[in-house]
Order: sequence, then structure tokens, then C-alpha cells
Amino acid sequence: MTLLRIRNLSVDFATASGQFRAVDAMDVTVDPGEILAIVGESGSGKSVAMLALMGLLPWTATVTADEMSFDGQDLRAITPRTRRRIVGKDIAMIFQEPMSSLNPCFTVGFQIKEGLKKHLGLDRKARHARALELMEMVGIPDPARRLNAFPHQLSGGMSQRVMIAMAIACRPRLLIADEPTTALDVTIQAQILDLLTDLQAETGMALILITHDMGVVAETARRVSVQYAGQKVEDQPVGPLFETPHHPYTAALLAALPERATSRVLPTIPGVVPGQFDRPRGCLFAPRCAHADELCRTTPPPVQPPGMGLARCHYPLTEEGRG
Amino acid sequence: MIRYLLARLLTFLPTFLGVTLISFAFIRVLPGDPIIVMAGERGLTEERYAELVRQFGFDQPLPVQFWNYLTGVLQGDLGTSYVTKRPVWDEFFSLFPATLELSICAMIFAVGIGLPAGVIAAVNRGKLFDRALMSTALVGYSMPIFWWALLMIIVFSGNLGWTPVSGRIDLLYFFDSVTGFMLIDSALSGQNGAFTSAVRHLILPTIVLGTIPLAVIARQTRSAMLEVLSEDYIRTARAKGLSPLRINGMHALRNAMIPVITVIGLSVGTLLAGAILTETIFSWPGIGKWMVDSIYRRDYPVVQGGLLLIASMVMIVNLTVDILYGLINPKIRARK
Ligand SMILES: Nc1ncnc2c1ncn2[C@@H]1O[C@H](COP(=O)(O)OP(=O)(O)O)[C@@H](O)[C@H]1O
Ligand code: SF4
Ligand SMILES: [Mg+2]
Repeated sequence: MTLLRIRNLSVDFATASGQFRAVDAMDVTVDPGEILAIVGESGSGKSVAMLALMGLLPWTATVTADEMSFDGQDLRAITPRTRRRIVGKDIAMIFQEPMSSLNPCFTVGFQIKEGLKKHLGLDRKARHARALELMEMVGIPDPARRLNAFPHQLSGGMSQRVMIAMAIACRPRLLIADEPTTALDVTIQAQILDLLTDLQAETGMALILITHDMGVVAETARRVSVQYAGQKVEDQPVGPLFETPHHPYTAALLAALPERATSRVLPTIPGVVPGQFDRPRGCLFAPRCAHADELCRTTPPPVQPPGMGLARCHYPLTEEGRG
Repeated sequence: MIRYLLARLLTFLPTFLGVTLISFAFIRVLPGDPIIVMAGERGLTEERYAELVRQFGFDQPLPVQFWNYLTGVLQGDLGTSYVTKRPVWDEFFSLFPATLELSICAMIFAVGIGLPAGVIAAVNRGKLFDRALMSTALVGYSMPIFWWALLMIIVFSGNLGWTPVSGRIDLLYFFDSVTGFMLIDSALSGQNGAFTSAVRHLILPTIVLGTIPLAVIARQTRSAMLEVLSEDYIRTARAKGLSPLRINGMHALRNAMIPVITVIGLSVGTLLAGAILTETIFSWPGIGKWMVDSIYRRDYPVVQGGLLLIASMVMIVNLTVDILYGLINPKIRARK
């Protein structure tokens, strides 16, 4: 049974200059215990989609979806109060900026124990014991002392470990990690990713790992969803995706990987993700796509069948090249 | 923390000297001769005048006068009132409780309404309550105290007859001052109706004095809250599924308190300035009225000493605010 199923999710922001569609017809499915990677350049709507699921978007956002269900429960229909019983307990999330994600006024221990009280109703002693246990699980040395530390006394890596401890505190069934290592030193990045995959294996929770790093995807995920300008453009298991990407954007991302680069200069995809004012009429990737033709520029492409990686493209790639 | 405190105390010294000089100069710049004023309608002879000039030390050059005053102040001697012949200290301490009582009530009124109103406005940004509060605050902020007091008196004392217009308590009641705070003393006196009378006398001055700080605090709380509410750690708190009350009232407010405490501290200065006008309008026997009366009487030691004491109080409040910063946000404590 699917744990999370989102179909046709759209998020519009009311901005001073009019409506802006940050997420456009996005689909996400996650099975229990699965690791799904969502990749895409920055600005492609990955964070906004996840915040929509968590119910954390500001009031300027309008969220619509044909389906948004977690564990069989329709998240569109529930009251804020009911949602608060799921969010933070069964679905947890960690963010890109661990340092600013912790409240500077409260100790680490306070912030970890808060959720334990709210969702599990543990008493003081049990909360303290669980907090110590969590600090050990996420590999923080000297946990008893660190519980009394304030966030400004922690490094970025430590802060992200604390965030992870907070997120897994109530044994969530789904953890969303939104670019958890982007803000950290390279050496720390691998440690945090290892920690996340270890915890995932240990607890059997599902993990959505948002990243723009294909290298990270190859190492950690089982299935990959590629996101471009608010749309999902491809969805495949990791192996096949790396072997035969069907969408030209995926292919371009893979070509940008250092170990595939033929020259010393990193190939990057020319152009930028379209913003509010330069959204193309047809395929959103057309301005940057090597295969674009008149049809691409005028008509939004269909979603190809699963055999074609659900690619949102008129001319999906096959092993032989352009299909 | 101790070192930080000592450093702060050291910076007081020049401020203190400056205030001493200004308060000394201020009253002397005003036209009018205290000896003539004291003599009143009757006037006085040349010899008597010269004798008094010598007695008060006015024959000495100004720098010498200031030096004498300053050395006195540093030994804790603020001089004696020309009019009542009582030490300035004594007068100050017998009148100060009245001002303190009024100021505390005004501050409780301002913070008690302004803080929650600002929080609610920020949480409901752009909605009706927010707009209504912000426009009201703007009006309250720009309200001339004098006009506002008269309006309140006309409506509540004149038309409705709900509240008295002057003094701290009905003349009917008489009891010894124990604490100097009328609310406490009247309650202690056990006289029937004394406490109610004291409360009724406090209402209008409290509202009048508290209105501007209320408006300032509400606006500052709102803007501080708005800023904090867009912080990442608030998103984290919401991602934990915490209740809005806990998120806004604890996670956000705690962080928003830093700028709010600053304006509360600054409001104390405004409050003391406002107290001068408010006390005069409502015949409230506090230091505000005392200062105004003394300026009319050219009572140099009282004006000098009073200004100095008021300024010192403002400085102490500022120091307290600095200490509170560190207590609220450990990061600030660490930085210093
Ligand atoms: N609160 C908001 N108001 C308006 N636009 C927003 C808001 N949050 C995000 N956006 C826009 O939505 C788009 C997608 O953002 P985001 O989901 O953060 O991208 P990413 O894939 O890098 O996580 C961006 O163009 C961003 O500017
Ligand atoms: S639809 Fe056309 S432009 Fe869009 S990705 Fe496919 S080939 Fe490129
Ligand atoms: Mg993002």
C-alpha cells in the first residue's frame, strides 16, 4: 500500500505582480520504507511542494490537488488541528538551513522534548531519557551536556543532527529531508547523508530526499523523481534512470555530473529555470532543450507511459537516442 | 556578564556628568531671579537682597557654583529647597511614590493591552483587527496629551460622571502613608470605600499617560512579531505540529521581545515626560507636578536635583533593559 500519494498538486502564490505557479501538476508517490529522491535545480518547486504537504505554506499560497493522502487519510479535507497531530509525528521534515531552523532562545533539549510531550505525552523523566537516546542515535557526543546547549553553541553539522533528532523523535513513518546538506561543509555532507540512510534502514521509515546533486541520488535513493520548473518531468528507479534517462532534462543533469564530464570544465545546462514572467507556452524546458522544435514550443508535452519513465516530453529519449 | 555590567556602569559616568551640567544650566538660562520670586509681592530691601545673594552663593562665578553643586551631588547632597527649606532628597522621596504608582499603572495598561494586541495583529496580518489596531495606534501615537486628557475628563467625568478629575483619593478619607502607594495604603487603612476611591482616581490619569506608550508598544510588537514569524525556526516549530498558541506566544514572542523591551525601556523616558503634563492636569501630587511648580518658583536646587534624579532613573531603566536582553536571548549574552 502506498504511504503517500499526491496527484496533480499545484501551488500558486499571490504576489504583488500577480499569480505565480511555483508547483505545477506534480505527482509524488512514496511506499512505506522507500527512499525517494526528488532532484531539480533550485527554484523548481521542490521545497514548496513539500511545504504544501506539511501545511506550512504562508497564507499567500493556494494549494490544489486531485489527491493528497497519507496512510489512506485525505490531507486536503482535514482540519488544522488534525493535521497538527500528523505533522511532527508521522510526517517530519528537516530543512536546508539547520542553523536558522533552531530557535535561538531555547536549549536543544527543550526543543527536542517539546514534540515528545505534545505527540507522545511522555512525562519529564521519559522525555529526558528519550532525548538522550535520540542525541546518541544521531551521533552527538556528550549528549547530556549538549541537551543544555543553545543553538548558537553548535556547528552547522551539529545543528542538522539536532534537527534530525527532533524530526525522528516521535518515530515518523515519513521523513522529508529538504536539501539537508546543501548548507554544510563537504566533509560533513557525507556524514549527514550516511546518518540519514542509516536511520532510514534502522527505523524503516520512508525518506524523501530533496537534492540538486545527482551524485547524492546515485548513492542513496532507490527511486528518483526529476522536477523542473514546478513539474515532475521524469520518475524512475535509480539504476534505469542513470542508464537510460528518458527526459532531455534528466539527461542534461546526468551529463553535468563530474565523473561523466569529458572535458575538465564542468558542463552545465545553459539557461535558467523559467520564472514568473518568462514561462514558455509549450514545454517549459524548450528554451534550454537541444531537441526542441516547433511542437515543443507551442504545445505542452504529454506524460509518457511508465515504460518511458513518465517523461513529460514530446520526444522522450531511448537507448538509441532521440525517440 | 559582570564585566559587561561594569563596563556599562562606567559609560554612565560621562552621561551623569552631562546631565548634572545640563540640569544646572537649564534653570539658570530661564529668565527670572529666584530671590525676587521668593520675596513675592512685598519686595525686599537692597541690603536684604545682597545678603540673600551671598547666602545662596549667587555672588560666586558660575563655574564655582557648579563645582560646589557637583561636589555636593557626588556626596549625595542635592541641596535644600529654597521654598520649603526641606532637603531635595526628602521632597523627592515623599512625592516619588505617587509618580511611580501612576507610571506603573500606565505601563501595566500600555503593556497589558499593547503587547497582546500587537501579537494578535501580527498573527492576523492584513485582516480587519490588524488594520483597525494599526490605525487606532497611529491616532493614539499622535494624540496631544493635553487635548486627550481634556476629552477624557469631559466625557467620563463631565458627561458620565464616572471618574473624579483630580487628586489621588477623595478628601473624605484620611490615613497615614505607609508605603506611599495610594492603592496599597488605602487598602491597608481598612476604611470603607477608600480603595475604590483610589482606583477611581487612578483610571483617567493612567489611560491618559499610558496611551502613547500603548500605541508605540503595540506597533513595535506587531512589527517585531511579523519579522520573527517569517524565520526558519518558526517553520520548524510549525513542522513539529505545535499549537498556534505555543508557536506565537512562546517561540515567536520570546524572540520578538528584544525590540519590544527596547521600546518599553524607551517609553519610561516618555512616560516621565508625560507624567509632568498628566500630573499637572489631574493635580496629581507627584514629581511631575513638583518639577513644574519648582520651575515657576525658580527653586534651583529642586529643579536641578529633580532633573538629575529623573535622568538617573531613565539610565537605570536602560541598564535593566540591557540586562534583560541577555536573559531573553542567550546569544546576545554570549556576544558581549
Ligand atoms: N512564499 C513565496 N511567495 C512567492 N513565491 C515563492 C514563495 N516561496 C517560494 N516561491 C517561489 O516558488 C518557486 C519554487 O521555490 P522552491 O520550492 O523553494 O524551489 P526549490 O526547488 O529550490 O526548493 C521559486 O521560484 C520561488 O521563488
Ligand atoms: S518536449 Fe521538446 S523541448 Fe520539451 S523536453 Fe521534450 S524534446 Fe525538449
Ligand atoms: Mg528548496
